[in-house]
Amino acid sequence: MSDSTPAVATHNPALQHHFSSMHQQMEASVMGMWVFLITEIMFFGGMFCGYMVYRYMHYGAWLAGSQHMDFWYGTVNTVVLLCSSLTMVLAVRSAQLGQRKMIVIFLLITILFGLAFLGIKAEEYYLHWQRAEFPGLHWDYSGPDPQGVSLFFSFYWAMTGFHALHMVIGIGLVSVITFQAWRGRYNSEYYNPVEISGLYWHFVDIVWIYLYPLLYLVSRKHF
Amino acid sequence: MSHPVISTKFYTGIWAGLICLTVLTAAVSYLELGPFNIVLALVIATCKMLLVALFFMGVKYISEKMTVVVIVAGLFWLFILLALSMTDYISRPWV
Repeated sequence: MSDSTPAVATHNPALQHHFSSMHQQMEASVMGMWVFLITEIMFFGGMFCGYMVYRYMHYGAWLAGSQHMDFWYGTVNTVVLLCSSLTMVLAVRSAQLGQRKMIVIFLLITILFGLAFLGIKAEEYYLHWQRAEFPGLHWDYSGPDPQGVSLFFSFYWAMTGFHALHMVIGIGLVSVITFQAWRGRYNSEYYNPVEISGLYWHFVDIVWIYLYPLLYLVSRKHF
Repeated sequence: MSHPVISTKFYTGIWAGLICLTVLTAAVSYLELGPFNIVLALVIATCKMLLVALFFMGVKYISEKMTVVVIVAGLFWLFILLALSMTDYISRPWV
């Protein structure tokens, strides 16, 4: 790479003056994004920790609450998110190759998958709301250990809600990147925003990869 | 460049693996395995996480060692959070 050559000699217009090369600039962007993602891991980690502790303390309520989850909504949404991760990584690949049109196409498909996820999630939320499974606002549960079950549902709404919020932010982010890609701002030398938006998108996917078994699978009613 | 250009075929293969693991974890949830239901589900989820992180997020191709240190430190911190919280709550009835 051009680490040892003076930056002025081969100056790329996208190179910020405080970096010595495009390579260094990219490494810095990626590391900065990872530092942010670590704070996100801590944010979601706190909720996962709470989930673990309360599942341990109210195991019966967790089993009872899990029976109210909709297996197929969760499973289909997992597949939708995995598909969106594939199109996202292909968008980054197109950026590496400098294929402007392909970046835009793959990013648009990624946005569509993201919207599909949110649509399915909204439908699922609506069903839970109709069944009065929203603790505090709309709650009607007559089974055993109602307090424990309402705790389970609080975790369900908080964890999937914050995940959905991250999806909304991700879709906004990818929309901006798509517009910039369409305007031709990225090329094989400079595509840092595409790369780090991809990191964000995959991170949100990973959160769901853990939410799916914890909420929908582990305490499933066995037919 | 942050990492080498990987073939579309390879990425599609990783995606197919992720779909297979999703089908597997969904199918296994129908089995009655007692405490091993959650163990198996989390092992499969961790395999999926590794596939996404290593290949889709390109952790495998990171050349800057400091970035790897950041990631490992973050995961270690998460481990401290989860492990020490659980040892606390699990051991409370012991005294």
